[in-house]
Amino acid sequence: MSEVLSLTGRQMTHLRRTPEKIIAVSLTPVAMVVILGYLFASVITVEGGAYHDYVMAGVFAQVGLACVGSTAIGVASDLQTGLTDRFRSMPISRASVLFAYTVADLVTAVAAMGAVSGVGLLVGWRIHGGLLESLAAVGLLLGFTYTMLWLGVLIGLVMRNLEAINGVTALALVVFSFLSNSFMPLRGLPGWLRTVAEWNPVSSVAEACRVLWHNAPASEGASLPVRHPELASVLTLAVLLAVVVPLALRAFRTAATR
Amino acid sequence: MEFAIQAEGLKKRFGDHEVLAGVDLSVPPGTVLGLLGPNGAGKTTTVRTLATLLAPDGGRATVAGYDVVRRPREVRRRIGLAGQYAAVDGLLTGRENLVMIGRLMGLGRRGARTRAEELLDGFGLQHAAGRPSKTYSGGMRRRLDLAACLVASPQVLFLDEPTTGLDPASRITLWQQVREQIARGVTVLLTTQYLEEADFLADRITVFGSGRVIAEGTADELKRKVGDERLEVSVEGVEALEPAAAALGRAVSEAPVVDRETRRIAVRLADGIGGVARAAAELERCGVPVTDFAVRRPSLDEVFLQLTGASAQVKESGDE
Ligand SMILES: Nc1ncnc2c1ncn2[C@@H]1O[C@H](COP(=O)(O)OP(=O)(O)OP(=O)(O)O)[C@@H](O)[C@H]1O
Ligand SMILES: [Mg+2]
Repeated sequence: MSEVLSLTGRQMTHLRRTPEKIIAVSLTPVAMVVILGYLFASVITVEGGAYHDYVMAGVFAQVGLACVGSTAIGVASDLQTGLTDRFRSMPISRASVLFAYTVADLVTAVAAMGAVSGVGLLVGWRIHGGLLESLAAVGLLLGFTYTMLWLGVLIGLVMRNLEAINGVTALALVVFSFLSNSFMPLRGLPGWLRTVAEWNPVSSVAEACRVLWHNAPASEGASLPVRHPELASVLTLAVLLAVVVPLALRAFRTAATR
Repeated sequence: MEFAIQAEGLKKRFGDHEVLAGVDLSVPPGTVLGLLGPNGAGKTTTVRTLATLLAPDGGRATVAGYDVVRRPREVRRRIGLAGQYAAVDGLLTGRENLVMIGRLMGLGRRGARTRAEELLDGFGLQHAAGRPSKTYSGGMRRRLDLAACLVASPQVLFLDEPTTGLDPASRITLWQQVREQIARGVTVLLTTQYLEEADFLADRITVFGSGRVIAEGTADELKRKVGDERLEVSVEGVEALEPAAAALGRAVSEAPVVDRETRRIAVRLADGIGGVARAAAELERCGVPVTDFAVRRPSLDEVFLQLTGASAQVKESGDE
């Protein structure tokens, strides 16, 4: 436990010394809130509520997605500097080294989501659900983000090359957020693409948040993630975590510098 | 425990490239083994295997009495590793780096602080202890790196090219710090490209060539293996070369090699001091003016080049 504390302490010091990381993670989502929730809100209409309400859940999920890249970069840099070798040559548990990355980056994500909420409130976003429901949605977003952080750890360990990581995670951010209901209901998509987008965890998480916040949910369709977004998101996240965490631990064991 | 580090038939391959082809090493406690070898010979791979970072494909190894594959945790408790590149956290200060390592090694908050201060003092880093280590010079980073692997007072120290890229002054400082550890009874495995470093620090030297041990011994033994001592005599004028060479030939019954350019004559010394005495007497008798008279041993550089089969570039002018 003291291992986790001191390793997390190291990451928090990083965060204190390079707060740019929080800015980097929140910049695009905040811009999205301003562009979509404020400038486009009058052009785009969704059924059952205001577009600025609809889009917020999607933007929160985007913060989670953006963390994949920043975590992967942190992990890969430590591999490159040889710091990971140092940790691996010490009698500490593998899990605690990786766990520390995810704890510290969760703090980054929460700060970024705070910034997004602030700007969201300014453009008129409101939560209409009850307290427990609203908190459940926040918990779901944190769970989603946390899963993404482990995915980032895995990508960082496997890919290692900083430029490649930057490229791939930026692409994944675009694909996963646009191939979802984050910014638009899915009804316009052709059949198979629509199924893919419905099963995208980003869709079910965002939709679950809309349902819980009473923020213009757009549930139409018959598939499981559409009818039960809460259940679907908890399920897909649990499966993802159960796959990604052991893979990351294994990658860490064999990770060699250069 | 007979050996602090022991490896038998260590094998490692990456893809179809056999990097270690059966490496045997044994280092008695409290001694220093220098690992020499050309680039890509497998020195770093050996160190990483012994430090539990890489799993060998074959063979076995023990460090501090524990098997590196089966008991890695026990091994990790007892080793310090300074990799080929200084592994310190650039965003943390020197002090924070050491305290973090101390806490991870289980020294506790206060213990880690105390130990960090000791090491900062010992390594002359106290003045920069509060600065992020990315602002350090290469030499300071290296020292911090070495300090970091000494935090938990390890029994066995792995140093992979500890002084590469350092200026001579920093190198000597680092050597002294390594010597202090040696004096404390720490066992050291050191890889290096600098033969004088091996000469200075190591009790025994192992020379690697493409994944196997190609020579082993003390620096003196290795030098002897490569060639006998030579007597080198310089004379003042070209006209003195002939009689001097003749005199030397009579003294040691070997054919002298004459270099007209540098007016130097070299002759192999098969029987040590006796040959030297006779040569001096012969030269004296025929009255040749001698400007330099010296017995030379092959340098470790020559040993290295010859053993590793590197193209025989002549390093010092005047050598044959
Ligand atoms: N992770 C790896 N994957 C593939 N090949 C590797 C890996 N690590 C090392 N090698 C190869 O193994 C060989 C030996 O490498 P190693 O780093 O042990 O050499 P070295 O003796 O330390 O060389 P140097 O003096 O340059 O540091 C090299 O040919 C290198 O390319
Ligand atoms: Mg090396």
